[in-house]
Amino acid sequence: MPVLDRGLPIDDRWTDLADDQDIPAEGAVIVSLERWRTERDALTSRRDAVGVRLKSNQLATEIADDLGSLSLVALEFPKFRDGRAFSAARELRERFDYKGEIRAFGHIIPDQYLFLTRVGVDTVVVPADRVGPAWAHALKEISVAFQPALGSEEGTSLLRRHLKGTVPA
Amino acid sequence: MPDTHSPAIRSNQPADAHAAVYRYDEFDKTFIFERVEQFRAQVERRLKGEITEEEFKPIRLMNGLYLQLHAYMLRVAVPYGMLSSTQVRRLARIARVYDKGYGHFTTRQNIQFNWPKLEDVPTILRELAEVDMHAIQTSGNCIRNVTTDQFCGAAADELVDPRVYAEILRQWSTMHPEFTYLPRKFKIAITGSPNDRAAVQVHDIGLIAKKDEVTGRVGFTVYVGGGQGRTPYLAVKARDFVPVEEIIGYLEAILRVYNQLGRRDNIYKARIKITVNEMGADKFIGLIEEEYARLPRQKFYVDPAIVDAIQTHFAPPPWVDLPAISDSFEAAKAADPAFARWTRTNLTEHKTPGYAIATISLKPIGGIPGDAEADQLETVADLADLYSFGEVRVTHEQNLVLAHVRKDDLYPLWKALDAAGLGTANAGLISDIIACPGLDYCALANTRAIPVAQRIAERFADLDRQHDLGELKVKISGCINACGHHHVGHIGILGVDKKGEEFFQILLGGDAGTNAALGEIVGPGFDYDGIIDAVETVVNTFVKLRQPGEIFIQTLARTGHAPFKEALYARA
Repeated sequence: MPVLDRGLPIDDRWTDLADDQDIPAEGAVIVSLERWRTERDALTSRRDAVGVRLKSNQLATEIADDLGSLSLVALEFPKFRDGRAFSAARELRERFDYKGEIRAFGHIIPDQYLFLTRVGVDTVVVPADRVGPAWAHALKEISVAFQPALGSEEGTSLLRRHLKGTVPA
Repeated sequence: MPDTHSPAIRSNQPADAHAAVYRYDEFDKTFIFERVEQFRAQVERRLKGEITEEEFKPIRLMNGLYLQLHAYMLRVAVPYGMLSSTQVRRLARIARVYDKGYGHFTTRQNIQFNWPKLEDVPTILRELAEVDMHAIQTSGNCIRNVTTDQFCGAAADELVDPRVYAEILRQWSTMHPEFTYLPRKFKIAITGSPNDRAAVQVHDIGLIAKKDEVTGRVGFTVYVGGGQGRTPYLAVKARDFVPVEEIIGYLEAILRVYNQLGRRDNIYKARIKITVNEMGADKFIGLIEEEYARLPRQKFYVDPAIVDAIQTHFAPPPWVDLPAISDSFEAAKAADPAFARWTRTNLTEHKTPGYAIATISLKPIGGIPGDAEADQLETVADLADLYSFGEVRVTHEQNLVLAHVRKDDLYPLWKALDAAGLGTANAGLISDIIACPGLDYCALANTRAIPVAQRIAERFADLDRQHDLGELKVKISGCINACGHHHVGHIGILGVDKKGEEFFQILLGGDAGTNAALGEIVGPGFDYDGIIDAVETVVNTFVKLRQPGEIFIQTLARTGHAPFKEALYARA
């Protein structure tokens, strides 16, 4: 399925492996958390990168100790209304200082895209019939953010401007 | 023009120049107009069939647009209940142009329009944006409009004015990237008075603002996990004092724990109150504290500079020095018993000598609780300009308030209100009923609620009788979702569907105030005709049992439910 980065489809190097698919000798692969746990050695002995998929009920803490071995964490939206992955992404970045790629997949609508980027998601997997200008547009519709989050936006709104500093000891 | 003490009018400023509403700066305006255009595009995509109704639903809900029984309903946010007269006039215009000439004020201090057309809604939102208003997050599984005490900044008993903090929370929660797809809706209430008028303990988060007596620091007692609905709970105290600088970080911690662990398998178990109670309050609070300890608190630090900057929007109006006693007010009371009666129920003590807080009842006998016609809204706006610095407040009990009226002006104010059908002397009395829209509008309701309220008010139409009964809060919900707050009514009424027929259960002993309590069902329900007699039986039992000076809730606390139960069911 097409993968979007900053609203546009990219060439994707990752292969998303179902649990019953063999691990190919070469190429970057994404596996489930369960498979990662049982076949970790086989996966890490390969030359190419490994990513792990988390279901929406699997918290970032499940994978925290392994982040050093993972080039990608993919977060599932079983339904777009299930917003747990917003917190998972943010925890990966903010709490565990994860620098690899965070990918969102499943049922996602363009109206969530801006929020996803603001909690640290890099790429979004979209069904082919849903690729269109709405995604890039969604990142530009609202230029003001009222609260601190992740990403490059800084000091736009009144509240943001003032929401900096340090908590006194 | 009638005599006015309005300093703004007299000096040719806009009449609502001193109204304490948050006025948008360039960033707020950029945001609100971008948001209107975003929604316009979303509506166009929906009308063209590019997105499904299922996908459109959370988008429209996030913009306050419901699909009700007969039509769309637009719920407009009134942030913490504060309006300027300019905004009230715009609401009147929207009611007239895009709706059927009236609006309905809700228990969350918002206003609903019941008949807008989908294609008009983006234009309505633009009209709202022009007067610094919106309908954002008045629905959906997100952080909703923050509610507060309708007397804030005026009440004699207030310790901290909560509005500046409510506004900070409004901005923080607006389009929050992490907390807009929560398990369920999320309501925050805040008060700064020891006499809780915001029902904070029946909210997902309740904040009581207070000042540390030693250090002078302002902070909040934080309650979490309260709510009404099918499974009512009073909130538990999470922390006794969170300094204002840390409040956003602390709320981030609560919301993050809830977003990750709140139930998503069952819509009726998805509120934070269920998470808190299934997990146990101690464990839940422990998780909040762990989360708070590790999140980057400096990122969420509320600099005193921001509090000061936003505080300027809520500066006190230019009150003048007045004698505490107004001779003209006293004379009018003595001369006009109807006015005197209104002053007994609809006035609250103001912190400044010579001023009073006036409650405008939207509960005329036989009327629809909380409804206001466009003409009435304009009358209120005009009177606010003349007598109360152009400011109007909405109460969670579905009334309006003019918070800063000179006692000298009360009599002409009341006469003008009375002429417009807004002068009913019943604030806090048995006919000042909270009722949900019920089956007349709502897609979820099992029974009617509005007609029950109307018939109770008509049964007790005699104002002398109502005044004799004293404070008595009746709250009616047309289904177990409890939008009519029946759990916290002194007398609560819950409509249920029994094999296709409407039945009404009576709950006694609820209280939304500082001594928050949930009412208990007294026994089997009554049919549509029987419920009015049943309420009267409860009231007559109270009259028989009361001791001098007691109000209903006090008598009930003293006698227990048994005599009421007996009166209701003995003859059966």
